[in-house]
Amino acid sequence: MEVTELTIHEVARLLNQKKTSATEITEATLARIREVEPKVQAFVTVTEGHARQAALKADSLLQKELGLPLTGIPVQIKDLICTKGIPTTCASRMLKDFIPIYNATVMERLNEVTPVLVGKGNMDEFAMGSSTENSAFHPTKNPWNLDFVPGGSSGGGAASVAAGECFFALGSDTGGSIRQPAALCGITGFKPTYGLVSRYGLIAFASSLDQIGPLTKDVEDSAIVLNAIAGYDPRDSTSIPGKRPDYTKALQNDVRGLRLGLPREYFGDGVHQDVRNAVMSAASILEAHGAIIEECSLPLTPYALAVYYILAPSECSANLARYDGVKYGFSYPGASSIWEALEKTRQYGFGPEVKRRIMLGTYSLCSGYYDAYYLKALKVRTMIRNELQRAFDHFDALITPTSPTIAFPIGERVTDPIAMYQSDICTIPANIAGIPGISIPCGFSNGMPIGMQIMGKHLSEEMILRIAYSYQQTTDWHSQRPNL
Amino acid sequence: MELSREEIEHIATLCRIGLTEEDTERLQGQLSQILEQFSILNGLDTSEVSATGHWINVTSVMRSDSTEPPFPTEEILSNAPQRTDNFFRVFNVLGEP
Repeated sequence: MEVTELTIHEVARLLNQKKTSATEITEATLARIREVEPKVQAFVTVTEGHARQAALKADSLLQKELGLPLTGIPVQIKDLICTKGIPTTCASRMLKDFIPIYNATVMERLNEVTPVLVGKGNMDEFAMGSSTENSAFHPTKNPWNLDFVPGGSSGGGAASVAAGECFFALGSDTGGSIRQPAALCGITGFKPTYGLVSRYGLIAFASSLDQIGPLTKDVEDSAIVLNAIAGYDPRDSTSIPGKRPDYTKALQNDVRGLRLGLPREYFGDGVHQDVRNAVMSAASILEAHGAIIEECSLPLTPYALAVYYILAPSECSANLARYDGVKYGFSYPGASSIWEALEKTRQYGFGPEVKRRIMLGTYSLCSGYYDAYYLKALKVRTMIRNELQRAFDHFDALITPTSPTIAFPIGERVTDPIAMYQSDICTIPANIAGIPGISIPCGFSNGMPIGMQIMGKHLSEEMILRIAYSYQQTTDWHSQRPNL
Repeated sequence: MELSREEIEHIATLCRIGLTEEDTERLQGQLSQILEQFSILNGLDTSEVSATGHWINVTSVMRSDSTEPPFPTEEILSNAPQRTDNFFRVFNVLGEP
């Protein structure tokens, strides 16, 4: 097995035993990137020079036995998390040349535990999309089959982890953008409770829904990364106060007596038969290990998609109003008035999906339509949140598919926004309610990975990690690697 | 719910996005279709329901009233598309250019 196929905890052990060095791991990772990146295209920027310097620093710490859980571990960061001095493009022409002058809080926190940044991850432009085909630069390919999408919007992160181009990635999840690509690429993707991880320095898409989280090869790695990034931040007004637990302590192989719900609305007609079967047999495995599995019903689930596609575009239309070509970003040259400059800057700086969502959001917020769309969606959001909360009075967690289908061919849905939006039906409710959800691999269909989602109540990260970890102790889907 | 051409042009003006003829036509079809999907919400009675913005109560965060070093001017201006001296350069907003 190549070193680039290992997990964080496996490499950290080798580093601590001095059986390898951060420089060796980094060079192996950079070589892997040179080898497979022409096929996978998971990066917007590869930061070779920066990575070598960080590896040297990590090695000097390791030599002094001062290594921390992520010391010397190569990481890719989604290109909407601000990295000081390193371009942060949002995969948009609008920010093609933007170089942040400060680090996002997650970068500050991550840098404290000294991983090695190998590059910035490709994504759907401004995180709007479910296939990474909306990147202004290039689409990312699924490492399991290069003719298929990796999912999105954190498709670069999921594909790079699956392809061994880094050991973990940070993504962001507004409607499924960590979990859905993790499912489609056969890795583990965790969206924590809204407010657990600071959003300061995360370029905003929909502020009441966005949350940063890890993309990793297994659940243990997910807990290690979450330990590094979770924490209260006074610079994010929606950050949850208080200390965070040690998430690695939740990694216990024990689901005895846990009540797990299977909401039947997530297993309906739109869900691929193989996906349904794989998630059902995963639930049976948990049952065999002592969990209590029960069917349940969440009748408001079918309304979540409409709520999301009103709220997210509304918030995006306000957040993206800042791109006016004045302070940073693309600016249309040769305009003759301020109005022409604004309209042309936004016409040529944004791609079709971003423009579509800004238009949709602007309409939903328009006087005369506000009550019918935006306010209505906020009220249905309350109903969905209450319904989920009631479910968690009875269940420790809910088990569902992450995506209704396996990865789809590149180009299949890109001209049909409604078909593309359907990719998110299983993941959106967690964002609407602010609850955590993880996707872990649970099977294959036609050689493409299937993901199972585990959702819990607010701040139930430890419960979710425990269930997911237990499942991975008796299955080996997460150990499969694509043959590139 | 069919959006008219004029409505598309009006929305584009509100959010300052220039559209080509082709964009306008395509968006007219796509946005109308998407809005049609939203009508599912009309089937729910929300008269007794309050709106949820965030699941947590968002409160303003106050910091102590002390000075902190600001970002250096050069850094702030480093991403400016156009500058004059220590200022962002912008179009005239009022009057003739």
